[in-house]
Amino acid sequence: MTQARILVVEDEPNIVESLRFILAQAGFAVDVSGDGADALRRMRSGRYDAVVLDIMLPGLNGFDVLKAVRADPRLSGLPVIVLTAKGQATDRKSAQEIGASAFITKPFANADVVAQVRNLAVRK
Amino acid sequence: MLPADVVILVCLVYVLILFAVAFAGDRRARKDQGGWLSSPLVYTLSISIYCTSWTFFGAVGSAARNGLEFVTIYLGPTIVFVGWWIFLRKLVTIGRIHHTTSIADLISARFGKNPALGALVTVVALVATAPYIALQLKALTASYQVITFHAGAVTAANIPLAPDYSTAFWVAAGLCVFSIIFGVRNIDVNERHQGVVAAIALEAVVKLVALLVVGIWVVSSVGDLPAGAFAHAPVSLLDPEGTFGTRWVTLCFLAGAAVICLPRQFQVTVVENSSESQLRTASWLFPAYLFLICLFVVPIALAGLGRLPSGSNPDLFVLTLPLSAGQDTIAMLAFLGGFSSATSMVIVSSIALSTMISNHIVMPLALRFSLVPEASAQMMRSFILGARRASIVFIILLGFLYFRLSGTSEALAAIGLISFCGVAQFLPSLVGGLYWRRATERGAIAGIAAGFAVWLYALFLPSFGDSFVMSATMIREGPWGLEWLRPHGLFGLDRFDSLVHAVIWSMLANITLFVGVSLATEPTPLARYQSRLFVDVFRRQTEGEFSVIRRIARVAELRQIADRVLGASEALALFPGGTARDPNAIASDDLISQVEHRLGASVGAATARALVSSVVTSESISVDELKRLADETEQIRAYSAELERNSRQLEAAAAELTRANARLREIDMQKDDFLSQVSHEVRTPMTSIRSFSDILLSNPDLPAGDMDRYLRIIQNESLRLTRLLDGILDLNRMENGVMGWDGRPFDPEAALDRAMESCEALAKAAHVAMKRRARASKVVVDGDEDRLAQVFINLISNAIRYNTSASPLVTVTTAVRKGAYEARISDNGPGIPEGERDRIFAKFARGPMPRQVGAGLGLAISRQIVDRFGGTLELASPGGGGAEFVLTIPLHTNPAAKRPS
Repeated sequence: MTQARILVVEDEPNIVESLRFILAQAGFAVDVSGDGADALRRMRSGRYDAVVLDIMLPGLNGFDVLKAVRADPRLSGLPVIVLTAKGQATDRKSAQEIGASAFITKPFANADVVAQVRNLAVRK
Repeated sequence: MLPADVVILVCLVYVLILFAVAFAGDRRARKDQGGWLSSPLVYTLSISIYCTSWTFFGAVGSAARNGLEFVTIYLGPTIVFVGWWIFLRKLVTIGRIHHTTSIADLISARFGKNPALGALVTVVALVATAPYIALQLKALTASYQVITFHAGAVTAANIPLAPDYSTAFWVAAGLCVFSIIFGVRNIDVNERHQGVVAAIALEAVVKLVALLVVGIWVVSSVGDLPAGAFAHAPVSLLDPEGTFGTRWVTLCFLAGAAVICLPRQFQVTVVENSSESQLRTASWLFPAYLFLICLFVVPIALAGLGRLPSGSNPDLFVLTLPLSAGQDTIAMLAFLGGFSSATSMVIVSSIALSTMISNHIVMPLALRFSLVPEASAQMMRSFILGARRASIVFIILLGFLYFRLSGTSEALAAIGLISFCGVAQFLPSLVGGLYWRRATERGAIAGIAAGFAVWLYALFLPSFGDSFVMSATMIREGPWGLEWLRPHGLFGLDRFDSLVHAVIWSMLANITLFVGVSLATEPTPLARYQSRLFVDVFRRQTEGEFSVIRRIARVAELRQIADRVLGASEALALFPGGTARDPNAIASDDLISQVEHRLGASVGAATARALVSSVVTSESISVDELKRLADETEQIRAYSAELERNSRQLEAAAAELTRANARLREIDMQKDDFLSQVSHEVRTPMTSIRSFSDILLSNPDLPAGDMDRYLRIIQNESLRLTRLLDGILDLNRMENGVMGWDGRPFDPEAALDRAMESCEALAKAAHVAMKRRARASKVVVDGDEDRLAQVFINLISNAIRYNTSASPLVTVTTAVRKGAYEARISDNGPGIPEGERDRIFAKFARGPMPRQVGAGLGLAISRQIVDRFGGTLELASPGGGGAEFVLTIPLHTNPAAKRPS
C-alpha cells in the first residue's frame, strides 16, 4: 500500500522537526508548510490524506485556513487535526465548530498525534 | 339742639353697651379661642380704628377746604393693604411668632432686644400721638358743644366756638376712666384684648352706619341744592388737576406709613392678629371699608358749603347739617358716630402706648433702681398694672395739654398729619429690620432719633404757634436770625409747605443715618441672631435662641420671676415638675428661653430679657454657634456655589470613574491576553522538549548525530523557557519598582560596545551586517550599566532578527544632543507598519515576521528600563524604510547631582 501523505502546517522549526520525525517513523509521507497561504496552495495542488494544522501562524492563521478548507468542495472530507498552544476551551469549541477533525493541545504526547493521524488518514 | 343731659345719657347707655360687648367678648374668648371674635370680619373692623373723628368730621372739613386731598389719607392705607400685602404678612407673622406686644417691642427685639431703642420708640410714639389724642378731644368737645348749644345749630355753625376746656377736661377724664376700665381691666396683661376688639368692631360699625345715614340723608333730602352750591366749593374740588403734586404723594406716603407705624394700628393689625386668614380678608375688606367711609364726603361737604352760612366750621358739617334741618335723631346718630370714632381711637392708642411705656420705660427704670416690689407675686403684677394705668392717664393728659397749648386755629386734618409724620419715623427701621440683615441697632437708633429731632423742630414745635418753646419770630426768621435754620425752610428749602418740608428732611435724615450707621457699625451678636429670626421668619421658625447663647440660672429663681410676672397658675405651666426640691437645680437653656419668651409676651422682649438676666449667673455665647451665625450670609452665598461645584465634582468623578472603569477593563483584558500569551509562550518550547524527549526515550538506537541534535534542541528550548520566565519576572519587578538597580555614573558607550559584541554571533548567523557610525565621546550617565546593555541587546537583536532585506544591515549611531545621550539603532528591514507602531512596546508584541525565539517582552522591558533612567525610547518616524529606535538618556549632571534611588 502507498504511504499516506500528511501536510504539517507549523512555523516553529523545532516542533516541525519533531512532528516530521514521529510521523515519518509511523510510516507517513510528510510535507511541511510554514504559513497558512502556502499551506492552502499545497492542499489544493497536492493530494493529502490528512493535515496537522497549528493555530498560531503568521499571516493567515489556522482558523482561517481551516475555514477555507471546509469552504472548498475539492477539499471536502480532508481530515484536519488542529494543534494549539493555547488550549483554552473556547479554542477547542471554535475549532470544532469550524470543522476540525481532531484537536490536540501543545505540548502533546507523540503517541497521541500519531494515533489521531493514523486513525483519520486510514479511515479515509 | 339736644339737651345736654339727654346727650350724656345716650352716651352713657352706649358706653354700657360697649362694656357689655367687651365683657361678653372676653368671656367668649376664654371659652372658645376660635369663635367669631377671631373672624376676619371682626379683625378688619378693628383695623378701621384708623378712621377716627379726624375721618368722621375732618374728612368733610378737608374736602371743603382742600378738595380731593382728603382722599390721600385713605389711598395710602389702600395701597399698603393691597400692594404691600407681602410686607404686612411678614410683619404680622413675626408679631405672632414672637408674641410682640407693641411696635417698640418689635423694633427693639429685632435689634438685639436693645432697651434704649425700645425706650426711644416709646418716647417718639408718645410725643407723636399727643396731637392725635388732642384731635379727638377737640372733635369730641366741639361736637358736644354744637349738639348742646342753646342758641340753635345754625347759630352754632356761624359763631366760632371758643374751645371749652372744662368740657374738654371732663371728656379727657371720662376717656381715662373708660380706657383704664377697658384696656387694663384685668391682670391678664399679656393676652390679646378680644373684648376690646369686639367693642371697637361694634364702634366701627356704628361710625360707618352713622356716616352713611348722614350721607344718604344729605343726598336724598338736600338733593335740590341751591344753584350756588358749587360756587362755594373750593377750586381744587372742581378742578383737581393741581392737587396731584408733591403734597399729594407725600400725604399718600404718610398715610401708608401711619397705617403700619401708628401704635394703635400696630396693636390691632399685628398684636391682636391670630391668623393669616384674618389678614388675607383685611387686605381687601379694609380698603372696601375706607371706600364706603369716603363715599359721601364730597356730597356732605358740598351741601354744607351750599346750605350753611359761610364761615361755618366745615369740620362739623356732619353734625350741623342735620341739626340745621331739625333732624335731631340723625344728628344724635352722627354725634354717636363721632363719639365712637374718638373713643375707639383713644382706647386702643392708650392701651398700646401704656404697654409700651410700662414695658420700655417704667419697667427698665424700676429694674435698674430696684423699685420693683419683690415681696409677693401679687405685688409685682399690681405694680405693672399700676404703671399701665398711670401711663394711660399720662398719655391722655399729654393729649389734653397739646390741645390746651396748640391753640384753636388748626383744622383737624392738619393736627392728624403732624402725628402721621412723627410715627412715619419708624418706617425705615421697621422695613429695614424685616428685610436687611445688615441693619444694626445703632443705625436704627440714629435714624429714628435724627428723624424725630427734625420732626420736632420742623413740624411739632412750630404747631403750637408762638405759645410754646418757639416764638413767632423764630419760626418766621429762624433762631438767632439764621435763615437756613428756619423750621419751615431748613437749608433754604422753602418751595414746599411745612408738612412736605418736614417729611422730606426728617425722612432724609432718618434713612441716611439708618443706612450709614448700620453700614459703619457691627451688630451685637444678639442683634445679628435676631436679624436672622426676623428677616428669615418664613425659613426658620423653630430654632430657639438657646442654640446660640448658653446661660446658667437656678430653676427656683426663674420660677420666682415667672410667679411674680405671670401669676402662679401661668407659671406652673412653665414648670411642669413644680420647683425642684433642690433649690440649686440648674435650669436648661431651653427652659430659660421658654421663660423669657413667655415673659416677653407680657412685658416685652427687652424687659423680659432684663428680668431673666437678673437671675442668670453666667452667660456665654457659644463660639461655634456665633461663628455659624457670622458665616450665615456667606454660607448661603457659598451654598449655591458649593452645590454647583459639587455637581461639577460629581460629574468629574463620574467621568473619572468611567475612565477608570474602562482602564480597568482594558487592564483586565491585557491580563487575560498576557496570561494567554504566557501560556502560549511556555507551551511552545515545552512542546519541543516533550516531543523530543519522547522521541529519545522511545528510540534509544538513534544515530549519534540525531540524538545529539535533539538533545541540543531540548537544551535550547529549556534555555528559551528560562529566558522567558526571567523576562516575565524582570517585567514584574520593573513594574513594581523592586528591580535591582546599580545607580552609579557610567559610560553608556561601554554598554553599547558590550551589547554589539554579544550580538555579533547572532548577526553572523543571520548574515546581517552591523555598522557603528558616529560615536559620542566622554559621555557619562547615571544608572545601571547592565540594564542599559540589556536594552541595547534587545534593540540590536530585534533589528537583526526581523530583518528580511536581501543585504541586511543594522546601523548604530550615538551622539550628545540637547544635554542628553542619544542612541539610534536602525535597520533596513521591512519597518514597522503604521498600525503596529503604538503596540510594539506592549508585552508579547512581536514583529510580523515568522517568529524566531524571543518572548515578545523585550521592548516592554526596555522601555521600563529607559523610563527608570529618566529617558525615552521611541520609534522614530519611518524614513526610507526599515525601523529606527531612538534612545535618549539624560547626562550625568554633577557628582553632587541626585541619582535615581
